[in-house]
Amino acid sequence: MIKIAVCVKQILDPEIPAKAFKIDPEAKRAIPPQGAEFVISDYDESAVEAALKIKDSYETKITVISLGPESAKSTIRRCIAMGADEGILLSDPLFDDSDSFATAFVLAEAIKKLGDFGLILCGRQEGDWDAGQVGSGIAELLGIPSATMVGKIEVKNGKAVIVERIVSDGREIVEVPLPALLTVGSEIGEARYPSLRRIRDASKVEIPTWNAENIAVAKSKNKMLTLFVPTREDRCEFIQGENPEEAGSNLAVKLSQAKLI
Amino acid sequence: MSERRGVVIVGEFSEANLAPITTELLAIGRRLAGQLGQELSAVFIGNEISDQVTSEAIFFGADRVYVIDAPLFKDYLNDSYVRALEKLDKEIMPEVLLLGHTSLGRDVAPRLAFRLDTGVTLDCIDLSIDAKTKLVEKTKPVYGGNAIAKYICEEGHPQMATVRAKVVSPLGRDASRSGEIVAFDSGLDEVAMRGKVVGRVKEEVAGVKLEDADVVICGGRGLGGAEPFEKLRELAGSLNGAVGATRPPCDAGWCPYHYQIGLTGKLISPSLYIGIALSGSSQHQAGISGCKTIVAINNDPEANIFGIAHYGVIADYQKVLPSFIEKCRELSSRKDDRSNYFD
Repeated sequence: MIKIAVCVKQILDPEIPAKAFKIDPEAKRAIPPQGAEFVISDYDESAVEAALKIKDSYETKITVISLGPESAKSTIRRCIAMGADEGILLSDPLFDDSDSFATAFVLAEAIKKLGDFGLILCGRQEGDWDAGQVGSGIAELLGIPSATMVGKIEVKNGKAVIVERIVSDGREIVEVPLPALLTVGSEIGEARYPSLRRIRDASKVEIPTWNAENIAVAKSKNKMLTLFVPTREDRCEFIQGENPEEAGSNLAVKLSQAKLI
Repeated sequence: MSERRGVVIVGEFSEANLAPITTELLAIGRRLAGQLGQELSAVFIGNEISDQVTSEAIFFGADRVYVIDAPLFKDYLNDSYVRALEKLDKEIMPEVLLLGHTSLGRDVAPRLAFRLDTGVTLDCIDLSIDAKTKLVEKTKPVYGGNAIAKYICEEGHPQMATVRAKVVSPLGRDASRSGEIVAFDSGLDEVAMRGKVVGRVKEEVAGVKLEDADVVICGGRGLGGAEPFEKLRELAGSLNGAVGATRPPCDAGWCPYHYQIGLTGKLISPSLYIGIALSGSSQHQAGISGCKTIVAINNDPEANIFGIAHYGVIADYQKVLPSFIEKCRELSSRKDDRSNYFD
């Protein structure tokens, strides 16, 4: 039986169109547009799927941990609906505005407190800040080996995992002794969609919240000086035609004239 | 203040050649070293590292090259490389430590920063020294590329960052440059390493490699399936280019993952990029900011891609492509005819 912890983050929907994307330069974060959704960070969903793929063949208990506001419970519930066994929210004003270091610290403390995990899974980078550090940071704070950018995981007799790391020219196959931490990307496979029944059942599950009284806090190491949206010059020349076919032909002529083809 | 001195870049190489990221790191390292009035060193970790690698590093700007060479480092492993750099840091105490935002950099930098109890910023597109504090200001895209953030680490040394590929131009190669080459013994024991590489799979790329192609045809979610990629391959073939994709087609299995272009895929910088039936999310745009001419074909006039394209056609690609491909063929055969005439 392997106990797996998966760290997940709830973020502002990254699919909002660029035109609707606005930031608050004082608060140094994005301003959610009217009606925008908060969703599980893509690669964290991949991490949950990675845990569930292991659960498909091994006796596993999956605990989902999230650091965030109260609303993040809906993301934890979604993971439980997907197949995770339980979840816990870490929430406290003192945890707000944590950088990667402070975030990894609190998550590592919670993991230590929950105890005994054979495997910890994280997304390779979060869909909002794209810092890409929390997974590796947790591993370092826990003193366990790590492998990042994992696309496939095979459990080897409960004592090690054999993983395929995605590298620039292919894949690296690495054996890592447990306990270990892995970060994953979407190469792990499409995340399974929870059934309505499971979503309903998950809505009834109790999700405890731990705050700064239960877990130690750390100071951030990275400070954000500024945040801005770069201005875009509108430079697109639209190629016309009587019909799409002619436009295609005109495009070829245009590019040829520009000596691009 | 800090007794630390010097800028160190972690170099990468392939056989006897420097990886392009190394020359880019040396260029930005040289800039920071200049602003600090300090020296620039490179470090290479591997086994049987060629002399050409170390001498090229000097020709491209390093004052000194540290070589950590042992059979233990033949294959990259997080545990051994992080420990080796930890030991080097303890020994030479650099002010700044830079890595490329590569497979190695992404895996080493966060772990090493936490080990050294310092802050790090990944995927930086710019770095500069703050004149007053002498700290490194690190600029990077966030929110999938929708915004830019600037960070600083006020307490923590060395100052660390990974640098995105192709954002810095290498310095000119100067074969008259000289520098010091220092062998560094990590003192690590292979047996103590937690993990081992047991295999490797090289991706098979037919034709031109995406990162090297001068023309890239990129397919998006609007293609709807694997089959349309055949048309893209046909077009790429006729233009001597390569085919790529945004993330949704890769996730859907319509094409292999090594097609993926974007923030978490490949960064490309061809002379011509043609995006077909893709919306152009910020994550994807992060991968094509280096493209000289961007062309987009999409039947959605609101598609983000038109915000950065140079040329666009707002129409169904299925109707546009065949005539586009035919006209391209016609124009290139006319060119061939003319050149034959003058032979």
